[in-house]
Amino acid sequence: MSNPPGMKAPTNWEEFIEGLWKRNPIFVMVLGMCPTMAITTTAINSISMGLATTFVLAASCWMVSLLRAHIPKEVRIASYIVIIATFVTVVDYAIQAISLDLYEALGAYIKLIVANCLVLGRAEAHAARFKPVASALNATGMGLGFTLGLFMIGGVRELIGMGSLFGISLFGANYQPWVVMILPPGGFFVMGLWLMVFALVRVRKDKAGATPGSAQTQAA
Amino acid sequence: MSERQSSDQHTAYHDIGVAEAQDQQGTEPTTASSSAVMMRALGLIATICGLIIVSSYELTLDAVANNKKISTERAVFKVIPGASEVREFVATTGGIQPAGPTVPEGAVKFFGAYDKAGNLKGIAAEGVAKGYADEVRILYAYDPARQVITGMSVVTQHETPGIGDKVITDKDFNKNFEALDVKLADDMKAIANAIKVVKHGTKQRPWEIDAIAGTTVTSKAVGKGIRDSTEKLLPKLLPNVAKLKETK
Repeated sequence: MSNPPGMKAPTNWEEFIEGLWKRNPIFVMVLGMCPTMAITTTAINSISMGLATTFVLAASCWMVSLLRAHIPKEVRIASYIVIIATFVTVVDYAIQAISLDLYEALGAYIKLIVANCLVLGRAEAHAARFKPVASALNATGMGLGFTLGLFMIGGVRELIGMGSLFGISLFGANYQPWVVMILPPGGFFVMGLWLMVFALVRVRKDKAGATPGSAQTQAA
Repeated sequence: MSERQSSDQHTAYHDIGVAEAQDQQGTEPTTASSSAVMMRALGLIATICGLIIVSSYELTLDAVANNKKISTERAVFKVIPGASEVREFVATTGGIQPAGPTVPEGAVKFFGAYDKAGNLKGIAAEGVAKGYADEVRILYAYDPARQVITGMSVVTQHETPGIGDKVITDKDFNKNFEALDVKLADDMKAIANAIKVVKHGTKQRPWEIDAIAGTTVTSKAVGKGIRDSTEKLLPKLLPNVAKLKETK
């Protein structure tokens, strides 16, 4: 969706798909690292956190976009934060109502969605200047991309660190879990490995696309 | 000339876009907004957000209370098998009374577990102590007839996985809580022998807890949680325990 000034506005589908892979918040933009490192100990925690963030992102971007003409630029950060904090509170109550175990597992990190730079970043960089539907779609895509990224880290960590996925044991009783993977260092290991994979893919793509040049970038 | 550079351009465009977008939406970036406009905007947002928060609180209130009740019951049933109903009480120096919405000063909250026929199956209470990473919150079952702890279960913990969380799974450790002595002294004012966590394999007396080797800090936290809680609760509870049996 490289869309230099003068090009046509991105379609709804393009808005939605942007954050899923091409500008994935975790692996490409490397935003929101605090929850990424802290709660990706199991697959289920990762997905719950991702979905909670997706809801906050989509709802607050939609509202920011809806009110964008009424928010003077001097007070925009304060306004965005109030809007984001509102939806974080909503999600906090919702998770308590759904499952206390989950609430306990995610702990303070639900409240810390307020401080996730991804959310404020999208409100400022996208929602503040696009129409509500486009913003909500873009934010949903970003959120799902975030969820996917969290799951890719959390799944690997749970698999190696506990020998299970979604709490279902996969390797039998003789598997000796590699506990360090569910401890904080494991988060950095897995994150680093994924970033390496993404970098390798990019380098390879660059080489392959050296001749077509700019045509390839627009297609992507 | 590809992906990487193009994404840089993209970012650059997004940055430039700030001014453009403001032109598009009609606010002139050169003139400052008046205070009234800013206050109106913030007031509007605060009102909308306030409404959203309060209504979501109201909507989830029942479900959250219900969840809390279920999770308490589940925890109590785990340490007192055979129970089918949990009632909350507070023990004060004046006696035992059903728990209200707030716990009075100096009172200790506990749970009475009853079976289907309404007989008292046991008493459960919470204990908290600082572990290695954070508070370790446990629930223990108390048998007033024998004056012993008959079960323990960890409610919440954030200890090191694979090390501290052994207190949940270690069978030998959990055997400590099958008949842990918490007998009151003759004057019924204090516990005769304070619970003590001892080094792995050196438990000799019924009020000692055999720690897990390599998990000493968390083992001690569990012991301290029970000790602190029983010291406060039992002297108030035991003299009046007969009243609990009468209920229903």
